[in-house]
Amino acid sequence: MGEKIRLLGKTNKHSLRGLINYGIIVVFFAVITLLKSAGLLTNALEGQLIPICAYIIMALSLNLVVGISGELSLGHAGFMSVGAFSGIIVAGAMKYSGVNANAPRLIVAVIVGAIMAGIAGILIGIPVLRLRGDYLAIVTLAFGEIIKNILNCLYVGVDAKGLHFSVTDEAHMDMAANGTTLVRGPMGAVGVSKASTFIAGIILIILVLFVIQNMVNSRTGRAIMAIRDNRIAAEASGINVTKYKMIAFVSSAVMAGAAGVLYGLNYSTVAPKKFDFNTSILVLVFVVLGGIGNMTGSIIAAAVLTVLPELLRQFQDYRMLVYAIVLILVMIATNNEKIRALWKRVAKSFTRKKGGEVNE
Amino acid sequence: MSNNPNETKYVEVPGPGKIPERDKDKRPVLEASHLGIDFGGLTAVDEFNIAIGATEIGGLIGPNGAGKTTVFNLLTKVYQPTRGVIMLDGKDTHGMNTTQANQAGIARTFQNIRLFDKLTVEENVKIGLHNSIGYHLPSAVLRLPGYWKEEKKAHDKALELLDIFDMADLADVKASSLPYGAQRRLEIVRALATNPKVLLLDEPAAGMNPSETEELMNNIRKIRDTFNIAVLLIEHDMKLVMGICENIIVLNFGKIIAKGTPIEIQNNPKVIEAYLGSQGEE
Repeated sequence: MGEKIRLLGKTNKHSLRGLINYGIIVVFFAVITLLKSAGLLTNALEGQLIPICAYIIMALSLNLVVGISGELSLGHAGFMSVGAFSGIIVAGAMKYSGVNANAPRLIVAVIVGAIMAGIAGILIGIPVLRLRGDYLAIVTLAFGEIIKNILNCLYVGVDAKGLHFSVTDEAHMDMAANGTTLVRGPMGAVGVSKASTFIAGIILIILVLFVIQNMVNSRTGRAIMAIRDNRIAAEASGINVTKYKMIAFVSSAVMAGAAGVLYGLNYSTVAPKKFDFNTSILVLVFVVLGGIGNMTGSIIAAAVLTVLPELLRQFQDYRMLVYAIVLILVMIATNNEKIRALWKRVAKSFTRKKGGEVNE
Repeated sequence: MSNNPNETKYVEVPGPGKIPERDKDKRPVLEASHLGIDFGGLTAVDEFNIAIGATEIGGLIGPNGAGKTTVFNLLTKVYQPTRGVIMLDGKDTHGMNTTQANQAGIARTFQNIRLFDKLTVEENVKIGLHNSIGYHLPSAVLRLPGYWKEEKKAHDKALELLDIFDMADLADVKASSLPYGAQRRLEIVRALATNPKVLLLDEPAAGMNPSETEELMNNIRKIRDTFNIAVLLIEHDMKLVMGICENIIVLNFGKIIAKGTPIEIQNNPKVIEAYLGSQGEE
């Protein structure tokens, strides 16, 4: 053929990128540990560590839906809250029955929270994945609000007989006098005994990265991306569209559930309204700013944008203003033709050095 | 126009047509009888009958808007037919969707190219191989030996298929950055990768120059001979159609107006009329 096509070197791009992501997380962990032992970490920043981990997982899991599967989901905080509240209930019940150690409570809570969010994902996915584009976005948005409102009137308590649920008020739980209330309607989960740790967060991020990256580089991931790129051609190539969309959506929900548990077990009180539409959008902002489909970008965007409001606290009145300006600047920088062309040139000169020229 | 020196002999089959004599011991791989579809009040295709032998190269021609692509969409179950039966390798495709029809043995390319743009050439082919890659999600996530073994097999198979069109060296290129002709070829490779019994090609030579078309003709024959499959193609390039098709169906306004060998079709007055318009005044 006479066509001139530039070939990149035979490096395995995927695995290289994957390793970079693990590297970033390990470096992040090392730097924080160093800062901590040197006493350079402010209290406010230290308090942000676990939320940062939780938001990184949220961003990664949403990127699986938005970037890899190509569907817009606006209710991701809903899955996070399902995970958070089931995790809190499980951890609370374990505490009540005498399990005081944090590690087993956190592990069981994460597993249960992830499973519950996965079940929610399946239930939502069945009707929702028949829809495309804007409709899917609207329905997932509604789902997030519905979950929030259900949790708003949920009362859960635990006593010697087990868990008690009510959707009216505390009195209707039929709980024995020596029981403990775990979830108190609009006030949310109260008296949560914290179990999340920074190390647990890091381990969870690495686990989530491991699952996503290995999934993307497999027949499953290829099928999901094929559906994103061209649904009709995917069908004609024998790909079961519903199945693979479901796999992406439910895996994403499971991960969001795990993030929710990590987040929920970091505070002594967690209100349902924490997981509202704004949180869903916040996570979407991480994904869009980090680059749709770009896992490294999601990690960095989630970390930076979670810390940023905290760092700007000294400017109190102006901090949301600065936050907004930073967002706008990043959007311009990543979407401006000239700046993108510049990036491309930089990337090109880099690959040329490494890959060598063929046919050019 | 070229005449085919080794004209295929045809034998009658119980059903809607004739198949090449060499395929007579096997049943027709694709049979459609009384096939039709209405869109609202409009009858797009009606009374479409076809039988394709197991190793036949068939052509489907007709003026623009005659319903050729609609027939492809019916055969691949993108549309569910309003009337008629499609038998694929002896199986009734009634109730199947596109995915199931592909798994039953029918693969296609598209008139307006539909590649997976953001994936590489090799990954595009591996999508075609999807159903023949034998591992599941857990072994992929845990990177078990089965994953590596099957991925290696898929990689080798993909390169082998790409080699048919001398595209193996483009394996790592993004599909969207391929030149037009190569994109068309990649679509054929991807369709072949699904291990079909019938390959439907929708205008495979569109946008190709004469030498590329020549090469494509050889490759279509090569595909038929290596994989022992049937090919049905839609094409406007008469040199290609008359050169490689053994049997041609002419469609106009959703109905078959002629059927036969290239020579019969070239001399059929109805076909000439459909293409050139009526000569007489009415």
